[in-house]
Amino acid sequence: MNIASGIVFQVLQSVLVVLIAPLMLGWVNQCRAWLQNKSGAGIWQPYKVLNKLFHKDAVLAHNASHLFRSTPYILFGCMWLAVGIVPVLATSLPFAPAADVIALVGLFALARVFVSLAAMDIGTSFGTLGARREMMIGFLAEPAMLMTLFTASLISHSTSLATIVETLGHRELVIYPSMAFAAVAFLMVLLAENARIPIDNPSTHLELTMIHEAMILEYSARHLALVEWASSLKLTAYITIGIAIFVPWGIAQAGDWTGMLIAIAVLVVKLTLAGAGLALLETVSAKMRIFRAPEFLGTAFMLATLGMLTHFLLER
Amino acid sequence: MNLPFYTQLINLLAALLLLLAFAMLTQRRILSLINLFALQGFVLVLSTLVVAYSTHQSHLYYSALLTLILKVLFLPWIMHRLIHALNVRWDVETLIDIPATMLIGIVLVIFAFNLAAPISQFAGTITKSTLGIATASILLSFLMMITRRKAVSQVIGFLTMENGLFFAATSATYGMPMVVELGIALDVLVGSLIFGVFFFHIRETFESLDIHHLEKLKER
Amino acid sequence: MELLLVLGVPFAGGIVLGFWGHREFAPELNSGMSLLTFLAAAVLTVHIIAGGPILVWHENFFVDSFNVFLVALTAFVAFTTSLFSRPYMRIELNHGKLSPNRLRLYHSMYQMFTFTMLLALLTNNVGILWVAMEAATLTTVLLVSLYRTPASLEAAWKYFILCGVGLAQALFGTILLYFAAEKVLGAGGSALLWTHLYEVKDQLEPTVLGLAFVFLLVGYGTKVGLAPLHNWLPDAHAEGPTPISAVLSGLLLNVALYAVVRSKVLVEGALGTHFAGHLMMGFGLLSVVVAAFLLSRQKDVKRLFAYSSIEHMGLMTFAFGMGGALATFAAMLHMTVHSLTKSAIFFTVGHAAQKSGTQIMDNIRGLIDSNPTIGWGLMLGSLAILGMPPFGVFASEFMILTVAMHQQPWATPFLLAALGVAFAAIFGKVQPMVFGTATAKRLPHPPALIPVFVHLAIVLLLGLYIPPYLAEWYRQAAQLIG
Repeated sequence: MNIASGIVFQVLQSVLVVLIAPLMLGWVNQCRAWLQNKSGAGIWQPYKVLNKLFHKDAVLAHNASHLFRSTPYILFGCMWLAVGIVPVLATSLPFAPAADVIALVGLFALARVFVSLAAMDIGTSFGTLGARREMMIGFLAEPAMLMTLFTASLISHSTSLATIVETLGHRELVIYPSMAFAAVAFLMVLLAENARIPIDNPSTHLELTMIHEAMILEYSARHLALVEWASSLKLTAYITIGIAIFVPWGIAQAGDWTGMLIAIAVLVVKLTLAGAGLALLETVSAKMRIFRAPEFLGTAFMLATLGMLTHFLLER
Repeated sequence: MNLPFYTQLINLLAALLLLLAFAMLTQRRILSLINLFALQGFVLVLSTLVVAYSTHQSHLYYSALLTLILKVLFLPWIMHRLIHALNVRWDVETLIDIPATMLIGIVLVIFAFNLAAPISQFAGTITKSTLGIATASILLSFLMMITRRKAVSQVIGFLTMENGLFFAATSATYGMPMVVELGIALDVLVGSLIFGVFFFHIRETFESLDIHHLEKLKER
Repeated sequence: MELLLVLGVPFAGGIVLGFWGHREFAPELNSGMSLLTFLAAAVLTVHIIAGGPILVWHENFFVDSFNVFLVALTAFVAFTTSLFSRPYMRIELNHGKLSPNRLRLYHSMYQMFTFTMLLALLTNNVGILWVAMEAATLTTVLLVSLYRTPASLEAAWKYFILCGVGLAQALFGTILLYFAAEKVLGAGGSALLWTHLYEVKDQLEPTVLGLAFVFLLVGYGTKVGLAPLHNWLPDAHAEGPTPISAVLSGLLLNVALYAVVRSKVLVEGALGTHFAGHLMMGFGLLSVVVAAFLLSRQKDVKRLFAYSSIEHMGLMTFAFGMGGALATFAAMLHMTVHSLTKSAIFFTVGHAAQKSGTQIMDNIRGLIDSNPTIGWGLMLGSLAILGMPPFGVFASEFMILTVAMHQQPWATPFLLAALGVAFAAIFGKVQPMVFGTATAKRLPHPPALIPVFVHLAIVLLLGLYIPPYLAEWYRQAAQLIG
């Protein structure tokens, strides 16, 4: 494989994903607005918000430490790295060896730890509350996520995302019943991890129920912009992981320029559909009480485990 | 690892069946329970059709039709009418909380898979590994019957168990002989009608469909 | 031909009584139908004894000396019970416990119930056997809930759910059996025919059949009332009408046990080990012990005898489980005498409860004063069921114990202790009911006690002397399944 073209591909993919991540968020919000019979703010709204936030002056609490200030950068870095190594457009990229599913989960965990620490750093009660809830969700969601990914790795005999994509996407069509379980479980984890309904509502600041918003209440201006951008990146990362594992068809090999163009087109279609689907899901379901969250994630974990069991029963 | 296409399709439907059985186990509302039951019936019809088509067992078409009429259309319709008439659309109370139920469910699934593993290897049929799924869904509906308090959900559990049995029959053996299948369908039909009549009597007598009223007859 | 009559008469009866079951003459019609069934069964029995097993109607029905003996017993007890139910149900109607519509349901379902039991016994197809058992459950559910009291609804619900689930297990067992058979016999109808299965039993896959038997035993065992799946049985007996308690105990349990025994024959053949028998012995012994120790806690007279039925069914299961000609012979003898005695007891208990207006034993006193026939009937019946010589139950229990002592010495102390406990419990409760100070009142219809004494006379006869042709018949049957 041509190293130069590989690097070009890698850079192209990373930049593209970072740029379209807010668009993804805007699209989901716009779809939700439409589904709720509202006109909506337009799909470019997140860019406007980011732009506005970058032009403001940051306000920091007096007792904010370095941790508080550096967290947005770490967070953004983690998420960028995550979307960078996921085979969004092409496999066999230079970073592909790093795209190990366990490493990915670790990367998300790292970001989570920093956000939670930063939330507690200021010492406000909301921050602590949000951090605690976030950790609870996290420790339940991670095993479920891992189980889901393991189901996929069992099929492809590898924990590397690139290999999984190649096994599932570039061979003849085989139906894997276990993936049906894994897909449902993954969807549940995605909703929980990205603070979507039914676990959290991204669009309110209702103190009793908020999780993610509670943690970032103290951030302003460019810090907030980075945090918001990072969360849109996280959403995109999860969706692209989902695409890579469950509907990998169309992802190009590195160095294949026509394949690349097709891959971009396919990706746009997939992301559009995924965003619309997510919005629909959020519209039809109601937010659950925070105490139900363990049950929700427990179900996800069970389903992922079932997926693995089904694999052993049906696909060996 | 290249199974024939039909086998893959049946495996997928089998997995869906198990997924639906789990969904029913964790479902709190009776209305959704009935819808899930109808959906499960539909998956059953699909799988029967696939088996029928791929193995050229023409009598399976009849049993698919029978299932479609009985379990996808008729029984859910009856139950919708019933819960409407009895006004019992409220939440289902469970005896064990749902996460614990799911844990037990997982254990049951593992148990069922292990139980079926030695048998599956004798199956020369294209659908050999589905026996474990069938066993698992039978055990899961058994669990559902044990953990539910309301008479309606117990009955749904019972019918789900019948679904599992039917799936076992079609997938492992390409269906029982037609006479037997007709007999089973008749029994299920009559049984559910009697259940329906019972609901009214139970409600009339106890003014509730909660079966904890039905715990008076104990060893004193 | 007789076979057609045996099955057709009760089926037609069920339909006819579905229309006319509330008329004045319905109880007589019911008895008449049962009598016809019994006569047809008797003719069939004579044919089989003389001419050997028959297979008819595309091999869908199979009669050998084992099931014809049960057919005869079933038809006979169904007939005598219908005689008993004549005055009994009239009195219930007069007491206002039933409406004419319910009576119609009762009569129709009574015939249908007889039909399903006979179908279960006669069919050669293990699938149809299951269907018939399920149908028998459905009809009896309607019969148990006949009074529509809270207690009877609860009993029927429990019965329905428990036996429904149980039979679902049995269906799974049947599916597994078919799964194994199909490999040998090919797909289609013949793979479920018992006679075909019997011929190839040693070629069937042992692992599958072992598992199938577990499901079949648990499934039909629920219906037999084996502990720990017996919960429905006392409730159903206590809350249903007494004639139904009589046929439940006397007949339905037998039919369920018949299904277990038929499966056992196949499974033992396939496995070549004693696995099935050991399983049956375990369940049987457990039932005997559990039931015996629960007997003393009963206050309701019908519950008391329901537990006694569990005990006896356990004993039979144990005996069939031991296998061998003598044990099987004893088990079948026990089946006969238990059916006759237990139904006779329920007849007397029914009238006694009607007289006293209660089923609570503390309130039934002095039967010997108020109605000597009922009193003596109950006393003799209880003595018979407790295994007092010279009644037939003594003979069969003695045989079972002797075989047990030879083959399974470890089980004998349990059996003896359980029988002793049962004796103390039942005798201690029946004695004051019969000999206490009278509390009862007169009934509007004279009770039908002829069936009671006919049954007890047969049991006595079987205890003293088993006619050679009957012994030969039992021996034939024992050979078939031993």
